[in-house]
Amino acid sequence: MTIDRAVSPAQRALELLGDDLTESTLKRYLDGIPGVDAVGLEQRAAALGTRSIKTSSKVWALDRIIELIDLTTLEGADTPGKVRSLVAKALTPDPADLTTPRVAAVCVYGDMVPYAVEALGSAHAAGTDEGINVAAVATAFPSGRASLDVKLADTADAVAAGADEIDMVIDRGAFLSGRYGLVFDQIVAVKEACRRADGSYAHLKVILETGELNTYDNVRRASWLSILAGGDFIKTSTGKVAPAATLPVTLLMLEVVRDWHRLTGEKIGVKPAGGIRSSKDAIKYLVTVAETVGEEWLQPHLFRFGASSLLNDVLLQRQKLSTGQYSGADYVTID
Amino acid sequence: MSFLDYAPAPESTAILDLKPEYGLFIGGEFVAAGGESFTTISPATEKPIARIAHADSSDVDRAVAAARKAYEKTWSKLSGRDRGKYLFRIARLVQERARELAVAESLDNGKPIKESRDVDVPLVAAWFFYYAGWADKLDYAGLGANPRSLGVAAQVIPWNFPLLMLAWKIAPALAAGNTVVLKPAETTPLTALLFAEILQQADLPAGVVNIITGAGETGRALVNHPDVNKVAFTGSTAVGREIARSTAGTGKKLTLELGGKAANIVFDDAPIDQAIEGIVNGIFFNQGHVCCAGSRLLVQESIHDDVVERLKSRLSTLRVGDPLDKNTDVGAINSAEQLARIRELSDIGEAEGAERWSPECSLPADGFWFAPTIFTNVSTSHRIAREEIFGPVLSVLTFRTPAEAIAKANNTPYGLSAGIWSDKGSRILAVADKLRAGVIWANTFNRFDPTSPFGGYKESGYGREGGRHGLAAYLKGGDL
Repeated sequence: MTIDRAVSPAQRALELLGDDLTESTLKRYLDGIPGVDAVGLEQRAAALGTRSIKTSSKVWALDRIIELIDLTTLEGADTPGKVRSLVAKALTPDPADLTTPRVAAVCVYGDMVPYAVEALGSAHAAGTDEGINVAAVATAFPSGRASLDVKLADTADAVAAGADEIDMVIDRGAFLSGRYGLVFDQIVAVKEACRRADGSYAHLKVILETGELNTYDNVRRASWLSILAGGDFIKTSTGKVAPAATLPVTLLMLEVVRDWHRLTGEKIGVKPAGGIRSSKDAIKYLVTVAETVGEEWLQPHLFRFGASSLLNDVLLQRQKLSTGQYSGADYVTID
Repeated sequence: MSFLDYAPAPESTAILDLKPEYGLFIGGEFVAAGGESFTTISPATEKPIARIAHADSSDVDRAVAAARKAYEKTWSKLSGRDRGKYLFRIARLVQERARELAVAESLDNGKPIKESRDVDVPLVAAWFFYYAGWADKLDYAGLGANPRSLGVAAQVIPWNFPLLMLAWKIAPALAAGNTVVLKPAETTPLTALLFAEILQQADLPAGVVNIITGAGETGRALVNHPDVNKVAFTGSTAVGREIARSTAGTGKKLTLELGGKAANIVFDDAPIDQAIEGIVNGIFFNQGHVCCAGSRLLVQESIHDDVVERLKSRLSTLRVGDPLDKNTDVGAINSAEQLARIRELSDIGEAEGAERWSPECSLPADGFWFAPTIFTNVSTSHRIAREEIFGPVLSVLTFRTPAEAIAKANNTPYGLSAGIWSDKGSRILAVADKLRAGVIWANTFNRFDPTSPFGGYKESGYGREGGRHGLAAYLKGGDL
C-alpha cells in the first residue's frame, strides 16, 4: 500500500491532472490508459517494416538517417583520445565524400563532455540549429542505482561542462514496484538540474530501458509518466540491456507522442537506441515515424537514433548509391 | 517531394510467362472450348491480359466425364499416402512459383501485391500442406474407420481470392479422394490456369483436377450436371439460393459459403491503436472484397468520437493505387460491375442521411477505383447497415451496453463472422458465446489458418471449410 504523498508540481501534469496532483491521481491516470495488444502491435510494426523504399526516397532517407544520429561511445574504456576521434567522425563522417551530412550529436559519459566540447570547437551547436550537440548520459547511467543527490550532481556536472542534452535513466525498480510518484519526482528534479546559470535548460531525454520494463503496457505507462514529468524526449534504452530498441516498442512510444500532441499540441521527441545497426532497419524506423506521427518528426529536435555502428552501414549504402558498387568495411573509417 | 510520397517500387511482371490465350484444362491437357472466348483484363488499367476459353455445356460434360474416369480408374484406387505425396508436391510448387502467382493474382484481380505476396499465396501453400497431411489419416477424422470419398466434386469459386478459394476447394477434395471440376470466376481465371500448369508439373494423374472457365451459365451447367456427387460454392447469396434449389433432392452433397455483413464490436476498454488497425484491416483489406469483412463497426458510444477521429487519421495514410507497387495498401475494384454496385449503395447511404467521409486521395484515371469510405451516423435501418456492399465502405454504428452490442450484431440475415475488441478476456468469451456467426475474431480480424473451420450461419451459407470439418465435407458419413 503506497501512502499518498505530494508529487512535484510539474507544469504538464498540473495542466492535465489538475491541481490536486498526488501519487494516487497519477497512478489512476496511468492505469486508466487503454491497454496494448502485443500481437496487434507487433503485426503493425512488421507491416510498416515491409515498405519498399527505393531510388530517390532511399537517397533522401540515408542522408536523413545520418542527420538524426547521436553518435555514441559509452564504454568504461573511453578516453579523451577516443572521444576526439568520435567527434572527428561526427564532423566528417565520410572523408571521401564531403557532401555527407553531419550527425546530430555525439553522446558520451559525463566526464567526457569537456573533451567533446573542446574537440567540436566552433562546430559545437550548443543548442542552436547549426553544428553538433553534445549529449551526456547521467543519473548513474545505465542502472540508475544511486541516491537522488548523486543523480542530480551527475546531471548538473555534465550541464556545467557544456552538455546540451542529458540522457537520464528512470528508476526501473521504483516503476516496477508501482512507485510512480518516485519516478515522477526524480524526472522533475533531474529536469531542474538541467537548468543552466542563464535560466535556459539542457534538453532532457528520458531513458525508459524498455528491455527491463518487459511489457508493452509498462512501456506505454512509462512513456506517459516521462512526458508528464517534463521530458523533452523519450528514449528506449541504454544499449546496455537486451533487448534494446525494437520496432514495436518504438512504434508504441511514437503512438504516445502522437496522442500527447493531439491532446496538447506539444511535440515530444523519440529516440530508439541500441541494436539498430543496418540502414535497412533504420529506414523501417523512418517509415514508422512518418506513418505514425508524421513526416514533421523526422528532424533532429524530434527524432534521434542512438547508435554507433549504424553510421558506417549508412555510409556504405550511400557510396553504393553514388557509385553503383558496394565497397567494403575498409572504405569507411572505424571511428 | 515528401518522404511519404515513396518513390515507385513496382514488382516486375517480367517473371510472368503468359500465353496469349488459354484453353480449358480437361483430362490433364489444355483443350479448345465450344463457346466464344473472352478477354480477361487488369482492373487497374483495363488493359487486356489474355483470351480465355468459354466452356459450353458439352465442355462441362467432357470435364465431368474426365473427372469421373479419373475417379474410377486412378484416384479412388490410390492409397492416402500417395494422394498426400501429390498434394505435398503441389504445395511445394506453389511455394517455388510464389512470386509469379502473386504477380498474376494482383494483375488479374487488382489486389495489392503485398497482400497477394504475404497473405494469399502463402495461405494457398499452407492449405495444400495441411490437407496433404490428412490424406493418409482419414481414419482419424472422427468419421469412423475408412471413410469413403464422394466421387466427383463440382466447385465454383468467386473473384475476390481467386487462387486461395481454389486451394480451399481443391486441397480437401483431393485429400479425401475425390476428383474435381472447378470453375474460377469470369473476371479472375488467370491464376487457376497457372495452377493447371503446376498440376502438369506435379504430374497429377490426368482428369483428377479439371479447370473450366466461363461465366454464370457454365457454372450453372456444372453444378446441375447429373454425374457430380458434391457441389461446393462460394459467392453471392442469390446464386447460393439458386444452387440450393436446383440441387435439392438430387443426393448431391452441398456446401455454400455466401455473403456476410460482419459486426466489428469495439468496447471502451479496447486496446485502441490495435483496434484501429483491426478495423482498417477488417474492411479495407482486399478493397473490402471479403465475404467476412467487418463492414459494420459497432463502437461503444463513450469512445465513438475518439475512434472515428483516430480512424480518419489512419485512413489518411492508406495508399491507394497501382496494385503491383509494393507500397500500395488498397488496390483496384475488381470490375466495372462491382464498382457500380459500390457507388450505388454509397449514394443510397448518403441519401438516407448517413455522413460520408473519404480521405483525400488521387485515383488513377483508367481502371476501377473507389476511395476508402466511412459512413458515420448510420442507423440499423439504413441499407448500408443491412446489405453487403463488398467494397471499401465502412458503416459506423454505436451501442451502449454489451447486450445492445450483441443484439445489433446479430440483427442481420447473415452470420459469417464477427470481431470483438476488449482488454477483458471474460467479456470477450461471454460476448462471443452469444454471437450468431461462424467465425469470431478477438482483438484481431481477417486472420485465416487451414486448421480452423470457416463458414456461416443463416444466409451466409452452410457447411464448413478448413480444418477437420472441411475434410468431412468431402467424405461420406455426415458432417462433424
